[in-house]
Amino acid sequence: MDARRESEPTPMKNPTTVARRSERELVVTRTFNGPARIVFEAWTRPELFTRWWLPKSMDMSLRSCEMDVRVGGKYRLEFEPDGFAFFGTYLEVIPNSRLVWTNEEGGEGGPVTTVTFEEKDGKTLLVMHELHSSKEALDAAGTGAADAMVETFAQLDELLLTLGASVGGS
Amino acid sequence: MVQYSRTRFDASFAALSDATRRGVLEQLGRADASITDLADKFHMTLTGMKKHVGVLEQAGLVTTQKVGRVRTCRLGLRRLDEEAAWIERHRQLWAARFDELDKVVEELKRKEKVDGRKKRE
Repeated sequence: MDARRESEPTPMKNPTTVARRSERELVVTRTFNGPARIVFEAWTRPELFTRWWLPKSMDMSLRSCEMDVRVGGKYRLEFEPDGFAFFGTYLEVIPNSRLVWTNEEGGEGGPVTTVTFEEKDGKTLLVMHELHSSKEALDAAGTGAADAMVETFAQLDELLLTLGASVGGS
Repeated sequence: MVQYSRTRFDASFAALSDATRRGVLEQLGRADASITDLADKFHMTLTGMKKHVGVLEQAGLVTTQKVGRVRTCRLGLRRLDEEAAWIERHRQLWAARFDELDKVVEELKRKEKVDGRKKRE
């Protein structure tokens, strides 16, 4: 089993790190093998953004995605099939370098997201920072609309582990 | 031992088979709550909610503690693991997104190269 794993080619994926920097802050970092202008483009053009923001494993899709990427401009993502939406306002827009937006779907006092793009030797270090209004808000912050399901599976996994049952086979 | 596991297993699946009880688990995933809170939230009588919580408790999915006249319910998961599991959930989601974003970046890079070549020609 281990031998087989070693002989498999190593995928060229850069690691994603997630840290809780403080009670109210979540920080995600990742390096991309491309210049900042390209990574920035993928975050700000709806037809590109929708291609990666809902990975297939989430088994969800967007009905629409609108982004008016300028200071004071709005964005809105609507999910299939029920039209549940994420929306907010861009607070800062520095092309190829920095984006700041609000997340208003939960009402006032929603988190503020800052994404910075830092280019070095043709690669881009992306840092996504979420500042929540309180520790409780971040504790409850899900990983989006798929969270309930992921959480349910995580609980089931844990349950199966507790019971010492095998999930292998069929 | 096997018998015990099977009993627990059945109890857990029986507990999870009900939509209200799954809702209660989801709710407790966000915050601890009293039986009264839960009864209000799910528009049920106190007695009805007590029964549901009892089933979840039997399955080991929920623990309850009575302080004074209030019985507080919380998820029966080990607290220590929760923080790590929370981080891991976020990491998995963003890693999945960024692995897809890699493909978009590669495609745009190729396109730039082709466009650049065309311009020079």
